[in-house]
Amino acid sequence: MLTPAPLNRKRLLNTRGWTFLIVLAAIAVGVPYLNATGALPDYAVSLIGKYLCFALLAIALDLLWGYCGILSLGHGAFFALGGYAMGMHLMREIGDRGVYANPDLPDFMVFLNWQELPWFWWGFDLFWFAAVMALFVPGLLAFVFGWFAFRSRVTGVYLSIITQAMTYALMLAFFRNEMGFGGNNGLTDFKDVLGFDLQSQDTRIGLMVLSTLAVALGFLICRAVVISKAGKVIVGIRDSESRMRFLGYRVEGYKLFVFVLSAMLAGLAGALYTPQVGIINPGEFSPANSIEIVIWVAIGGRGTLVGAAIGAVLIAAAKTLLTGLYPEAWLFVLGGIFVFVTIFMPRGVLGAWDSMIDEMWHTRGMDPRERRLAA
Amino acid sequence: MSLLTLDGVTRSFDGFKAINGLSFAIEPGELRAVIGPNGAGKTTMMDIVTGKTRPDGGSVRFDGHDMTKTDEAGSARLGIGRKFQKPTVFETHTVEDNLVLSLKDDRSVFGTLFSKTDHAARVADLLALIRLEDRRLDFAADLSHGQKQWLEIGMLLAQDPKLLLVDEPAAGMTDEETERTATLLRDLAGDHAIVVVEHDMEFVRQLDCKVTVLHQGSVLAEGALDAVSANEKVIEVYLGR
Ligand SMILES: Nc1ncnc2c1ncn2[C@@H]1O[C@H](COP(=O)(O)OP(=O)(O)O)[C@@H](O)[C@H]1O
Ligand SMILES: [Mg+2]
Repeated sequence: MLTPAPLNRKRLLNTRGWTFLIVLAAIAVGVPYLNATGALPDYAVSLIGKYLCFALLAIALDLLWGYCGILSLGHGAFFALGGYAMGMHLMREIGDRGVYANPDLPDFMVFLNWQELPWFWWGFDLFWFAAVMALFVPGLLAFVFGWFAFRSRVTGVYLSIITQAMTYALMLAFFRNEMGFGGNNGLTDFKDVLGFDLQSQDTRIGLMVLSTLAVALGFLICRAVVISKAGKVIVGIRDSESRMRFLGYRVEGYKLFVFVLSAMLAGLAGALYTPQVGIINPGEFSPANSIEIVIWVAIGGRGTLVGAAIGAVLIAAAKTLLTGLYPEAWLFVLGGIFVFVTIFMPRGVLGAWDSMIDEMWHTRGMDPRERRLAA
Repeated sequence: MSLLTLDGVTRSFDGFKAINGLSFAIEPGELRAVIGPNGAGKTTMMDIVTGKTRPDGGSVRFDGHDMTKTDEAGSARLGIGRKFQKPTVFETHTVEDNLVLSLKDDRSVFGTLFSKTDHAARVADLLALIRLEDRRLDFAADLSHGQKQWLEIGMLLAQDPKLLLVDEPAAGMTDEETERTATLLRDLAGDHAIVVVEHDMEFVRQLDCKVTVLHQGSVLAEGALDAVSANEKVIEVYLGR
């Protein structure tokens, strides 16, 4: 009797996934080592930590855009909210060491003549509370936003535009001093976190290593979603939403799940970003920032997760280099890279790599379907 | 008791009555052809039955449920499968995954996230039925037009619906494919009730079933194809042109 062949079940970690995790581990171990030997300057450690936060943010957007087809042009908002939640805790940690030496109020509130801490700052003196809020607030915003948008079946470019409007509105709100988040200066002058001095190199190394762990965790969560049956549903929604509905799937629920998960991962990235760069301000909400995230993912390769991380690091590193040398040229270079990649590598850097490998299998007369099973 | 009953259903678009007092019934396992000129309201009728469009008035009952209160996903879960005129399969999924997504199973987010169901045997059966065994791991995008039609039919069968709504299946098919499709639909009737919307009279003849003629959103005539084709009113509005 013929037994049916086992079904196409993808593994959580394929060769690419393992490679990615090994590279992350190498960074977590190698960067502190190179820094200790003096081969890598101190500032480079935090810079790498920052790139890792961007990588996590890009992976989060890729889950939403690459797999579910929802192009968020406001993902920077979730990142910034996570960053603000952590920043608020770091402000409370300053205590009476601020310029005004007020033990109860952050400096900017004293400056504004505020007498007491606004209710929405309550609890942020506790690290765990801030950590929970860094995930909860972006998740809640995504939930409320997605609930209305997906139920009224707003899709495509209309959805993209309202996500952009969302981050723009938040930027304007956070710029206002009366909002109670430090106005256009944002939150800064942090001293320490959980008793560790933020200026010390050891703390910076610790934060960078934590960031590699966060990227690994974010990647594994997204990968687990993508290879599950829910992942197939999500891709089905991207390809043909109405067919998915007529098969009996409640599309709104899936979109909401992906949107909220993606927003929470973006919030986590933001929470790790703030202590490493030492400041969070309303500029993080700017529409241009959100568009840059989209460009990272497009360049790295949509729907690959790993590619999104690669795109984020490549472009962020290029930006650091170029803005140091020719600040005015950066936007033109970024635009140029984007156009080049869209025309010559429509599936991004990793997509181009995949096509090359497929081609090699073909020329060797092997069946690329075997490879697909492992992908 | 009828499986599907429409009673005095109306629906207007900007004052224009696309469906106007439409009433008819489908028995379990019945095969029915619905014909009518362009704009007669055939597609709108299907939209109403599947909960995609809400009627302004009248009642739609399917298997004991009020279909005016459900949505597309709800109608699918109650046992209505729908095939569109243009084949819609998931192009970037493999043939196998297209079927896996269609098989009866938990449709909730958490159900699918942690799904451990082994579909291998049922997928193998379906692949044999739609003659795509050797395309199991190919992307649906790489199939020919005819193969996509068959894959979509396989997906509908995977749902195991009580009622199948099929919109113009013969459009764009060769004579041979048309014949094969008619045979398939006749074979499937009995296990599933099937409503076929069609323009091609030759195809309707091959279906060899009761025919409902729609005109301006309501039933103009109903009965055997020969009787309906001889009906004066039908000749005037539809066949005579
Ligand atoms: N969503 C809609 N908005 C406006 N008019 C519609 C809509 N859907 C259908 N109609 C109109 O209703 C009438 C019936 O359309 P339809 O059901 O597609 O007819 P058929 O499928 O029989 O050709 C047509 O005149 C069409 O223009
Ligand atoms: Mg129609």
